Amino acid sequence: MPQLKVPGLLLNILLLSVLMTCNRPLYADEILVAVASNFSGVIKKLSDAFEAKTEHKVILSPGSTGKHYAQIINGAPFDVFFSADAERPLKLEVEGMTVPGSRFTYAIGKLVLWSPQQGYVDAEGRVLEQSDFRHLSIANPRHAPYGRAAEQVLRARGLWNGLKGKFVRGENISQAFRFVKSGNAELGFVAASQVNRPGQGIEGSMWDVPQALYTPVRQQAVLLRDSEATRAFLAYVKGHDALKIIRDYGYDTP
Amino acid sequence: MFNESDLTALAITLKLAALTTVILLLVGTPLAWWLSRTRCRLKFLFEAIVALPLVLPPTVLGFYLLVAFSPNGPVGVLMQAVGGPPLAFTFTGLVIGSVIYSMPFVVQPLQDAFSAVGRRPLEVAATLRASPLDRFFTVAIPLARPGFLTAAVLGFAHTLGEFGVVLMIGGNIPGETQVVSIAIYDHVEGLEYSHAHWLSGGLLLMSFLMLIAVYALNRRFRLMRS
Repeated sequence: MPQLKVPGLLLNILLLSVLMTCNRPLYADEILVAVASNFSGVIKKLSDAFEAKTEHKVILSPGSTGKHYAQIINGAPFDVFFSADAERPLKLEVEGMTVPGSRFTYAIGKLVLWSPQQGYVDAEGRVLEQSDFRHLSIANPRHAPYGRAAEQVLRARGLWNGLKGKFVRGENISQAFRFVKSGNAELGFVAASQVNRPGQGIEGSMWDVPQALYTPVRQQAVLLRDSEATRAFLAYVKGHDALKIIRDYGYDTP
Repeated sequence: MFNESDLTALAITLKLAALTTVILLLVGTPLAWWLSRTRCRLKFLFEAIVALPLVLPPTVLGFYLLVAFSPNGPVGVLMQAVGGPPLAFTFTGLVIGSVIYSMPFVVQPLQDAFSAVGRRPLEVAATLRASPLDRFFTVAIPLARPGFLTAAVLGFAHTLGEFGVVLMIGGNIPGETQVVSIAIYDHVEGLEYSHAHWLSGGLLLMSFLMLIAVYALNRRFRLMRS
């Protein structure tokens, strides 16, 4: 009878999955991480190292912090949230969505003015005053922290109003970077971590924006669900090895 | 309710949808006519190309356009050669993207309508010594009228809802490339949920009314015919 075959198959699958689960160490756990897209390259490296050490599995969901925030307050099943700013984690903490006392700064983002063309951006950013470019790419200052930092820099230099007509705005810093990288915008304010690839020289030309011109982008993380695995992961991210990797990618660490 | 930049975004969106629809009707009519008449063995290939935007994620289309528009991309190089301006982050660029993106929504209803007309009325017109052009304009087009209505409204409505392509090649410039769907996205990202509600509700209502109009009119055409 063909009907009998289906339960048989189901039973096999069930047995197989039970066997597979038994094969893994009992303490192995999956950690679902929402991470700001500017940090996704670094966290990949961190989670690879962490997985090699502990048998836990880290699943990454890179995206914009605003979207992650909206998803978390609407019940998304993330265990840890690496935000692109300090504001959203604080908000979640105030709303009682986090594990109390878990909020910490994991990286401090630095802003650079960058162009993929050699010699296009000078070391003082004077290229902004010459303004013979068509498009200056920035992250949207209304909700992206790196966009806000870019606005502060341009206002401090008295260039904000003059350059307004040349802005193209990425929904987050990754898109702002993509606009420049693809050559559609000549230059843009991007995160230092995007142009600093460890072990490779910096492509193109850039102005390392002095930190006096903007409020440093403090990127904070919070724990949303408490477990041995999530605590172990955060402890690893705060550890020596991790901090070195984070700095290698062009961030400051607290 | 609506602030000034919302209204600007609304105006840009309507302008984009209207222009895209006009261009698609002009380009799509001969294409749909050809597809409905041809005995070319490669017809299936052209039909598949026209239908591609239906199944491709808009981000794929947007990504290819971003690469093509860049100074080293094929379109960018061509534009430089003819002394034209770059297309990324411009309204013109969005029109090009929308024409591709909404193409199947215009071409397919037109092709169906032309096929439904059949050969018979045109053959009759031919025996009455109507020239091919005459047959097309005075027989085929009037008989395919419901198809034109559906094509125009679907093309327009689909362009209203465009997001992924604009996000990739628009650069979110108010008054140039910031359309309603992007403005809504910004409001949500910035936690301005009440603004997002107003714009979303407006878009929902507008799209719904347009679809109602199509289906109601199509019903009347059918009744008239039977």
